[in-house]
Amino acid sequence: MTQETTAKFNIDTVANAAGTPEVELPWAELGLKQNEFEEIVKLLGRRPTGAELAMYSVMWSEHCSYKSSKNHLRQFGQKVTEEMKKDMLVGIGENAGVTNLGDGWAVTFKIESHNSPSFVEPYQGAATGIGGIVRDIISMGARPVAVMDPLRFGEIDHPDTARVMHGAVAGIGGYGNSLGLPNIGGEMVFDAVYQGNPLVNALAVGVMRHEDIRLANASGKGNKVVLFGARTGGDGIGGASVLASESFDDTKPSKRPAVQVGDPFAEKVLIECCLELFKHSLVEGIQDLGAAGISCATSELASNGDGGMQVELTSVLLRDPTLTPGEILMSESQERMMAVVTPENVEAFEAVMDKWAVEYSWLGEVTDTGRLIITWDGEVIVDVDPKTVAHDGPVYDRPYARPSWQDALQADTFTGSVQDAGRPATSGELAAAVTELVASPNMCDKSWITKQYDRYVGGNTAMAFPDDAGVVRVDEETGLGVALSTDANGRYTYLDPYQGAQLALAEAYRNVATGGAVPMAVSDCLNFGSPEDPDVMWQLAESIRGLSDACMELGVPVTGGNVSLYNQTGTTPIHPSPVVAVLGKLDDVARRTPSGWREDGQAIYLLGTTAAELDGSEWSKLRGHLGGLPPRVDLAAERTLGEILINASRDGMVDAAHDLSEGGLAAALVESALRYNVGARIGLGEVAERDGVDLFTLLFSESQARAIVSVPRSEEVRFNDMCTARGFAHARIGVVDSASGTLEINGVDALPLDALREAHEGTLPKYFG
Amino acid sequence: MTEIPLIGEVAAAAITPLAGARIGVVTFPGTLDDRDAARAVRLAGAEAVALWHADTELAEVDAVVIPGGFSYGDYLRAGAIARFAPLMGKIVDAANSDAKLPVLGICNGFQILTESHLLPGSMIKNDHLKFICRDQVLRVENANTAWTADYTQGQEITVPLKNQDGQYIADEKTLDALEAEGRVVFRYVGFNPNGSRRDIAGISNAAGNVVGLMPHPEHAVEAGFGPEQDGGHSVDGLGFFTSVLTQIVGGK
Repeated sequence: MTQETTAKFNIDTVANAAGTPEVELPWAELGLKQNEFEEIVKLLGRRPTGAELAMYSVMWSEHCSYKSSKNHLRQFGQKVTEEMKKDMLVGIGENAGVTNLGDGWAVTFKIESHNSPSFVEPYQGAATGIGGIVRDIISMGARPVAVMDPLRFGEIDHPDTARVMHGAVAGIGGYGNSLGLPNIGGEMVFDAVYQGNPLVNALAVGVMRHEDIRLANASGKGNKVVLFGARTGGDGIGGASVLASESFDDTKPSKRPAVQVGDPFAEKVLIECCLELFKHSLVEGIQDLGAAGISCATSELASNGDGGMQVELTSVLLRDPTLTPGEILMSESQERMMAVVTPENVEAFEAVMDKWAVEYSWLGEVTDTGRLIITWDGEVIVDVDPKTVAHDGPVYDRPYARPSWQDALQADTFTGSVQDAGRPATSGELAAAVTELVASPNMCDKSWITKQYDRYVGGNTAMAFPDDAGVVRVDEETGLGVALSTDANGRYTYLDPYQGAQLALAEAYRNVATGGAVPMAVSDCLNFGSPEDPDVMWQLAESIRGLSDACMELGVPVTGGNVSLYNQTGTTPIHPSPVVAVLGKLDDVARRTPSGWREDGQAIYLLGTTAAELDGSEWSKLRGHLGGLPPRVDLAAERTLGEILINASRDGMVDAAHDLSEGGLAAALVESALRYNVGARIGLGEVAERDGVDLFTLLFSESQARAIVSVPRSEEVRFNDMCTARGFAHARIGVVDSASGTLEINGVDALPLDALREAHEGTLPKYFG
Repeated sequence: MTEIPLIGEVAAAAITPLAGARIGVVTFPGTLDDRDAARAVRLAGAEAVALWHADTELAEVDAVVIPGGFSYGDYLRAGAIARFAPLMGKIVDAANSDAKLPVLGICNGFQILTESHLLPGSMIKNDHLKFICRDQVLRVENANTAWTADYTQGQEITVPLKNQDGQYIADEKTLDALEAEGRVVFRYVGFNPNGSRRDIAGISNAAGNVVGLMPHPEHAVEAGFGPEQDGGHSVDGLGFFTSVLTQIVGGK
């Protein structure tokens, strides 16, 4: 077979490359810059072979090498205290970070982007985004237990938005629902800046016992290297280098062939099969095949190990026998894993593969040469130091500078702007404004999306959308569990990248605490435009600086994540969109706090203070304005608020809690009422006087470090004492009224829940059917 | 260390298995809700026995649950490949034997039971063409089957529903016969989520030992998890599993 196959290509061997330095190579077409190509020639002491060029081009791409962001990302590792490290079992750099949950349990989670493929081919792009992040979690030795999807699309009424929306949501559902993983939350934001470049991020979380943690390294001379799962095909070739590391424009041919195609059944079988391998300790090291496929898996496994690796490429099982060695190395076919197995375990490994009917092929073995050698039918086509491929790629100190337009942008505040004319003031206008807000694309009910996802499978989902955080039980005996939330605000971050990134963290942290969980760790997906644009590079640098500073102040370490650059259409970048995921721990998920009111007569408290902060708000978006400064960040207040919410949950002092974020108090009150269809009577006069703001501002401002809670009468004294003792502003603003069927706010016309529901739930079906 | 078996590891409610009743839970490649079904069996008080699609023996179980998922990916047609699994032949024989082995098919399990001709009719894509996950109200139309004896006739229960291919269809003659023989076991109440004929959510065979339904009772068995109801959570699904236990323990 190999004879026949090799005959089809001119195989560019290492010997051939050494003897033919003059051969022109298509390095530019593969996305490499001239200086990068010259560096490869210098490293090898000769021109690379075609196969080596393919490997370097994908591994040195922006997507795989982080070459533009690496210098800045270091801060996540530097701004860490000993206290923050104490629960970190595995830090940044592996497939995903691992955090200690106690009782011998560990949790791993990570968020990644699959933006570009999801624009080109929304269904497969979004589907394989789930597939990839789930394999990262399996690679750590964990059983995946839940997924989440933060989504950002163009304007709701743009003709192309429906294409992306239907495809991406169906893809996430079609793939995720077939894996048996509950989808417990996410975000949905519509904004014109994402029209030609939607953001489809995917988060997965997995759990394991401490002793089951696995790492991606190939060690132990003579150990066997095996590739298993789906066969290698022609899909996704160059996905990382071509798709994810360049911007779209109309002058280039369609990129459709670079999108991978998913098979969720193969992934589900792969999950179970890997867990069985882990259970019997049959693998020494394991790595999933994602971006850059076999190039990435072989070079990273070898680079992280203690020796080298020798691999015969004709042993790879193919879907398409015409693939060239370079294509096989670059293919991003999904549902594949690579593992290192000791010779004694080979038989047992094969038995597990046979049980699950998973195909596998032994490619080679670990050596002690320090080289990664890949042969094609015995002839050497790759002979490299794996570290130069996997870790020693180029690093750029890209120039960056505060954009010339930033000052003018920040000076253009909403208050007093043309768009602010006719600000609602009468009780009728305020009621109409509340209704308009909760029906707006970004604040409306998202169940059109979430009902296409299975949130029940596994039987451990204690809370999911639309509550503030998703909560999953980990230990069925003790009730130990985790809470997760993802957040970002591209508008805030555009106005001030440093604070915007901090606000994303603050909101995710607040959401987790609102659910009753103690925030423990952070994963981030940094979605930005082209790093070659100094304006964008400044946004990226400022966001990373802001986020890392805030992580340090809140005491939650970044354990992993992903950077997605070149998110722009032509020369217009998206708003800088750092999506931040926070993971928290609940000793017992039974005490999680949902967001909706339930018990008649309970007191409703507003925690925190409100300032006139309408810049970047959802209200200003509704009026077509973006300018000024985002809400002020106060991390000390966030921390105190978090402690109050966590203690209140632990001691049974609150029955419901909802954080105030986009849409402010108005949105939070409506959401808490509609959650269980229970109304309330609210009076805001005293708070408005205390904070020195008017009713409109109190309802629509997006000041941070605020939440509303409902407190049983019997707990009010204790709750008040706790807030007072911590010096945190708190005010009783009303009572739950289950009989009224109305949200009554003094100074605002009565808001019948039926009408609010119709407005809130009608928007997505109106546009998407 | 805690072993992670393919199904189970559920320690909740350490009830002594009732009279040693053994209920098998079948796992095919692509099955998703097997761990949940095993948990429901245990919470009802029986021992959950993991059955593998390639097994050729039924391991002396007293009843079988075929859980939800996408067996073999369901790329051809839901349940179409699963019916040929070695274990399915054993299940069909046992269900049709004089012993009348109780068999419950949930979601994909229901699809497999129709493909295996243990139940009539078939499931096609939802009429709205989308996957749907919701808390669904069902009416128990027949409280005399092996799996519904602990409910009352006409009782309304809330359990999750989640599927893409859940629209139950059969020819009019078959539907009329099912109605006449009391073999429509569950009907959707308030909202038909997939366009099923005559709002049918679940049916039984003539003897009442084989029941299949699209909604998921195994996801409504534990307070704190499952469908929200009256400020708490529905455990309406537990009755399926206690029903069959009552029958097993009481002798048929």
